[in-house]
Amino acid sequence: MTTSLLASEVAKQISERLPGAVVEASDTAILVVGSSLLDVATFLKDTAGLDFDYLTTITAVDYYQYFEVIYLFVSMEHNHNLFVKTRCPRENPSLPSLVSLWRSADHQEREIYDLMGITFEGHPNMKRIVLWPEFQGHPLRKDYL
Amino acid sequence: MRLRTEPFVLNIGPVHPSTHGVFRMRATLDGEVVVDLEPVFGYLHRGIEKLAEERTYGGVIPLTDRLDYVASVTNNLGYVLAVEKLAGISVPERAEYIRVITSEMQRIAAHLVSVGSFLNDAGAYFTPFLYMYRERENIVDLFDMVCGQRLLYSYMRIGGVSQDLPDEFLPALRKFIPRMRSRIDEYDWLLKENEILLARAKGVGVLPRETAINIGASGPVLRGSGVKWDLRKADPYSVYDRFEFDIPTGEIGDCYDRYRVRIEEMRQSLRIIEQAVKQIPPGEVRSEVPHLLRPPAGEAYAHVEGATGEVGFHVVSDGSIAPYRCHIRAPSLMNLTALKDMIVGWKVQDLILIFGSFAITMGEVDR
Repeated sequence: MTTSLLASEVAKQISERLPGAVVEASDTAILVVGSSLLDVATFLKDTAGLDFDYLTTITAVDYYQYFEVIYLFVSMEHNHNLFVKTRCPRENPSLPSLVSLWRSADHQEREIYDLMGITFEGHPNMKRIVLWPEFQGHPLRKDYL
Repeated sequence: MRLRTEPFVLNIGPVHPSTHGVFRMRATLDGEVVVDLEPVFGYLHRGIEKLAEERTYGGVIPLTDRLDYVASVTNNLGYVLAVEKLAGISVPERAEYIRVITSEMQRIAAHLVSVGSFLNDAGAYFTPFLYMYRERENIVDLFDMVCGQRLLYSYMRIGGVSQDLPDEFLPALRKFIPRMRSRIDEYDWLLKENEILLARAKGVGVLPRETAINIGASGPVLRGSGVKWDLRKADPYSVYDRFEFDIPTGEIGDCYDRYRVRIEEMRQSLRIIEQAVKQIPPGEVRSEVPHLLRPPAGEAYAHVEGATGEVGFHVVSDGSIAPYRCHIRAPSLMNLTALKDMIVGWKVQDLILIFGSFAITMGEVDR
């Protein structure tokens, strides 16, 4: 059985190494500052005991005032997982890309850019994936339709 | 001195027999060797995630059929598990067993299609494919008995399944298991040591273990690369923890390993079905769930081991009758991440084979 790590415990570890990176933590998920997402992700991947080697899925949700992006990390070695969330404003939304750490972010970040309109800084190929290049707008946004 | 030829761009697809759907690859060739490859997605994009936001929770189930349309039951299951987790709905035990039986039947049916078309790509033109469709037809007939559908079943419901198994189903399934087993032995007898297949598939399109994990590969692609990771064991859902079965893995992650993993998985699925048929209890198959379900505000992620890999659904609720957001983790999309690395350096005919060994379904990639 995959155990979900207690997010508040992991948040404490992150705060010790990266002060100011964690906004809040519940039992199920950690909310981090968008600008320190890459540092947090590197920490999660490289810290012994956490060893998150597998980025399962990235979900973006439009909450009208802001976008929330949810990452699900899994460690195949320890069989545990962790949800990490981050938020970005609706005006020029942008987040650091995680492709340098997990290539599974490649197609997923492109899809979020395409459908939700969030730019991922540092992505090697940030262009639309399912819609054509001339397409206007981002259909998964709540105000699109 | 090696002579270089003028680079030549070959456009494969979107409509091409070996792209298994509407997929396009822009391959740059140097002579016969692929030097660059750009996959182009989106020809089957129907906006299922957006459509799901406009429907009731139960109304999303038929949409999930249309993701991986050769494995619709496992897609249904992933979605209803997520909603049940979100709303805290329990499922009767008989329904859990029916879910396992139908999921494993579906896995065999889907693997038959993928292995058949893979062998087609390898040059065994339509002979194995038609044999495998013969067996798939038996499974489809069984599904026809259960829910009256032959491809897009929409059989799962939130809180159970749509209807109980008819009386003639379990005897027919019991007959099917030994027959299918001997048919798999027959495929092995024909193909396992086949010299042409070995020459074409051994050592071709290697996906190393570390890369497979890093690109988020799952299913037979991940296991073909030697990673023993199967959600039915790693994170058992439904009643999978009650059955004995093995996780077949490959050694080096070439096309042949992925093909072998699929064949062995069919055997394991038969083992699971056999045990489930013995253990299945009588009783209800669906718990009481309101038609217009309003799960409490919150979110839930549930995943199942589909035929192509980890099918995950991230459902967000705002307390209304429609999902606020329904994100689908499509295994085929992730499996294709390393396509370019695996194909560059190989010849055009290997490109077809390597791509075929992923057994992707475009309905799932584009959604």
